[in-house]
Amino acid sequence: MCLAVPVRVVALLEGDWAEAEIGGIRSRVSTALVDEVAAGDYLIVHAGFAITRLDVAEAEITLALFARIGAQHKAGDGAAPAGAGGVDALPAGFS
Amino acid sequence: MRYLLGFRDRGAAAGLAREIAAAVVPRRRYHLMEFCGGHTHAIFRYGVQDLLPANIELVHGPGCPVCVLAVPRLDAAIELAALPGAILVSYGDMLRVPASRRRSLLKARAQGADVRIATSALDTLDIAAAHPQRPVIFFAIGFETTTPATAHLIREAGRRGLENLSVFCNHVVTPAAIAAILDEPRVREWGRARVDGFIGPSHVSAIIGSRPYEHFAREYQRPVVIAGFEPLDVLQSILMLVRQINEGRACVENQFTRGVTSAGNTKAQALVADVLELRPRFAWRGLGELPYSGLRIKPHYGAFDAERRYPIAEHATVENAACQCPAIIRGVKKPTDCAIFGTACTPRDPIGACMVSAEGACAAHYKYRRAAQPAPA
Repeated sequence: MCLAVPVRVVALLEGDWAEAEIGGIRSRVSTALVDEVAAGDYLIVHAGFAITRLDVAEAEITLALFARIGAQHKAGDGAAPAGAGGVDALPAGFS
Repeated sequence: MRYLLGFRDRGAAAGLAREIAAAVVPRRRYHLMEFCGGHTHAIFRYGVQDLLPANIELVHGPGCPVCVLAVPRLDAAIELAALPGAILVSYGDMLRVPASRRRSLLKARAQGADVRIATSALDTLDIAAAHPQRPVIFFAIGFETTTPATAHLIREAGRRGLENLSVFCNHVVTPAAIAAILDEPRVREWGRARVDGFIGPSHVSAIIGSRPYEHFAREYQRPVVIAGFEPLDVLQSILMLVRQINEGRACVENQFTRGVTSAGNTKAQALVADVLELRPRFAWRGLGELPYSGLRIKPHYGAFDAERRYPIAEHATVENAACQCPAIIRGVKKPTDCAIFGTACTPRDPIGACMVSAEGACAAHYKYRRAAQPAPA
């Protein structure tokens, strides 16, 4: 129910509306809950409403941490994580 | 897609799993409760439990608004849909949820009621404008993530003078439910509440901020980590909780820094505060009546309140005695501890709160884990 997706603002529309895009899919979202939305911004959208801005700088910090953890694992001693048979045993859905 | 798929990276998941395995104290047990149905779903979909050492147990909490809506409120929505000429507008998740006497909104629609599915609360504005002679009622449910949309709808209905539009408000607040889980006296009968730390809501917290959880961390000495809904977010949050528990700390930490601040979305908070107010009591399916846990429409927007405009009788209903949902959503029992799980109670024909939506603990367990279970004797 509380699921939400990160979208990129393509264009501002009339009133508190914006056209937003994710993975090539475009939709109309309400920006009534977020101030000063501009084209190129990332928003987190739930049930047609942007509930907050996605903080791109913070997202990049988290992604960089994950990239480092992933690289360390690849270069590591090959020990499999507990309860799993290593990367290949991870369930489908991981990218 | 970078800000979605980037948080599902296979190599990083394996690396985080290894860090968690290295961090746990072997003789200790870690019972971590995720409050949100969104986390429950991610945990099952990505098999997160299988990536963890055996002494970390994930406990699935009550945080699915579809699951916790009390049956008498759903019955009332079905009655509203049956008013002469009425159009009931609902989020799609609610249509299959079983009401009393085996009714549902879907069945009501099949029997001729005009029940429409909205993807946004604001769809209700266009429906009301297109049918000025008919009562158009929005069936509002959800936690803090969804509440501001309802508040905005009510304001817009006022601005546009849509007198035929009203809202049946069933919004609930998260902190009250967490307190209920920690305070529940019956937990002592059932056994210890097995919650050593909380995986905190991501999108609820985008609205309310991380500050409201500080009370729990302090008062109940349980760490809370606000976590994103993607699998790497969940894994990193588990690692953060394990470290806090090991160090004897009970703080609020924020893993979901890309969406949550300490103060939250103050514009949305102000909107909700203008339009809605706390009810002294509100009943939750599976948790019972909780003080100051639900919201109603303030008197100055009373013209848009379906509860003021239409006679709504709430008839008491009785839950199936075999259903273990009250213990499951408090973290005391697991879906497989319930005698009717997967037999009398299935996602196709749900009996208890945890089976009614895909985000409920029992439904997620049924969908993703049943194959791994031994067949019932």
